[in-house]
Amino acid sequence: MTETLLKVENLTKHFPIYSGIFRRQSGTVKAVDGISFEIQRGETLGLVGESGCGKSTAGRTILRLYDATAGRILFDGQDIAALSGDELRNARPRMQMIFQDPQACLNPRMTVGSIIAEPLTEHGNLRAADRQTKVRELLDAVGLNPNFANRYPHEFSGGQRQRIGIARALALEPDFIVCDEPIAALDVSIQAQVVNLLEDLQEKLGLTYLFISHDLSMVRHICDRVAVMYLGRVMELAPRELLYNTPKHPYTQALLSAVPIPKPEIEASRQRIILTGDVPSPANPPSGCVFRTRCSKATEICASAVPEPRDLGGGQITACHHAE
Amino acid sequence: MWGRMSLDSIGSDPVLAVEDLRTVFHTGEGTVHAVNGVSFSVREGELLGVVGESGSGKSVTMMSLMKLLPMPPGEIVSGSVRFDGRDLTKIPDKELRDIRGGQIGFVFQDPMTSLNPVFNVGFQIMEPLRIHLGLSKREARDRAVELLELVGIPDARKRLSDYPHQFSGGMRQRVMIAIALACDPKVLIADEPTTALDVTIQAQILELIKKLRQELGMAIIWITHDLGVVAGIADRVLVMYGGQIVEHAPVSELYANPQHPYTRALLETLPSMDEDRTERLASISGQPPSLTKPLTSCPFAPRCAHAMAGCLVENPALVSVGENHDVACLWDPATGGVR
Repeated sequence: MTETLLKVENLTKHFPIYSGIFRRQSGTVKAVDGISFEIQRGETLGLVGESGCGKSTAGRTILRLYDATAGRILFDGQDIAALSGDELRNARPRMQMIFQDPQACLNPRMTVGSIIAEPLTEHGNLRAADRQTKVRELLDAVGLNPNFANRYPHEFSGGQRQRIGIARALALEPDFIVCDEPIAALDVSIQAQVVNLLEDLQEKLGLTYLFISHDLSMVRHICDRVAVMYLGRVMELAPRELLYNTPKHPYTQALLSAVPIPKPEIEASRQRIILTGDVPSPANPPSGCVFRTRCSKATEICASAVPEPRDLGGGQITACHHAE
Repeated sequence: MWGRMSLDSIGSDPVLAVEDLRTVFHTGEGTVHAVNGVSFSVREGELLGVVGESGSGKSVTMMSLMKLLPMPPGEIVSGSVRFDGRDLTKIPDKELRDIRGGQIGFVFQDPMTSLNPVFNVGFQIMEPLRIHLGLSKREARDRAVELLELVGIPDARKRLSDYPHQFSGGMRQRVMIAIALACDPKVLIADEPTTALDVTIQAQILELIKKLRQELGMAIIWITHDLGVVAGIADRVLVMYGGQIVEHAPVSELYANPQHPYTRALLETLPSMDEDRTERLASISGQPPSLTKPLTSCPFAPRCAHAMAGCLVENPALVSVGENHDVACLWDPATGGVR
């Protein structure tokens, strides 16, 4: 568990805003604004935050579904952000993605078999008969009946569709998978099935995950380390136990205290940190620390200086002037 | 216990009582039995949580109460809904229209689709006030400002002329709550009102609801799939599965002593925030029932770890297992045998 598979350095993704009759650029949405982290081989890193904090953009930029504005994405020593043409195409099979909405990410006019075989046709050189065998193996691996290969996505339930999406992601035997809210659209009783499947596959195939989610209790279950994002920046990054037991960043503290706990006696006596207001616009983020407008500990220094990430011990890296 | 009403302030008479409600949908592929004999009541000042997965019939039940379903394909086959001395399933549509949005308020899951994008929010809050209460434009405007202030929208008078897209998700849901509260309803039905919101915004809305309950004392029916949310706000909880109520208990009793295998499994599948992490999540295998046939056996039996021969030949009725605690199951967790 000491080999670094993915190293992201100062990754930045800005989207231009165009306005006026000449569509001149009038500003930028700073969706991801200089984030850095490493993922070890076989590890699961959680990426959490509220909607609009840039966690999905970060995941997509790492896979080069978006071109990074700045920064480096070192995947197994190779800078993905600098690749182009054939080199990029050859790197793609090793990095795959599982999407949030299993309804939207499967083509309704293709059979499940051809959906799963598509990456094999694009990137592999298997013969048709071998592809069919491979598809059946993949369906079996994700817990679906291999005879379902000729059916269409609408014949499956949400949880089963998510399994199809997982089978497709596994088709090219990747090392690294970005799971973008893979369970958010599923019912509670189905979520556990899919999470268990992801964990089993990780163990069996030695996969490395970037698990993007807003479900903090599920992230606690599945992730080894967790990064908390707010307005395009990483506020805190720590091993699971440290982050959940002793959160140091005021934003992490507020986020954790907002999660409802399914125990009435705890809920009745719980002290919540209620954040007032909404997340500011990423087109015009606050100066200094981006969280300061909603932070109870904010002082003058927070407005003038961007807090540098500091290691507060045990690998708990916090970007806050006031964290101890 | 901050936020929870003392039991004295909860009235003893039900404001709304539903008896044996059955709703079906006639579709091209046959009849879907969405609600199969649901009975419950809610009292003044009480917050009733309704928990279930998608397709469990929780939303259709509430829509049926107010006949908000498209009919056809929907049809209310049987049942009664007592409200204010009347049976809502029998009264003419005109009377029902006076009750909807007036004495019974609704908050829906997605505030973007339930607010009209081409009218400003002031118009949308004033609309029920003018229609149901007959207020003049000026009175309605003043009341709308009060309502927006009540739900915590800053600079209320100025924001009346803003359109829904100018509000954030949490603020839009506050506007929805303001509209639902406009005519001082006796019952507020909230259908997954915080599901589309972030946790920090959800926490704001939950605090708001706790505050409003104490100030206004109306009955609230809160539909959700989130057992954590229910634990924090509900007095009593109904657990629905397969279009029927499978368990009903006061909130602390339900979490401390769940009886139905479905309730127990749901609580076990949740990853914990405060205890040691388990290596593997408990999961419920299989899929929810399709409800295309009338239920002749327990709908949960195919997924149930404790299913017995009897579960496949009869659909168990709700039986009392304690004070205010009912469960529809043959299995007894205390003995591990037949109840």
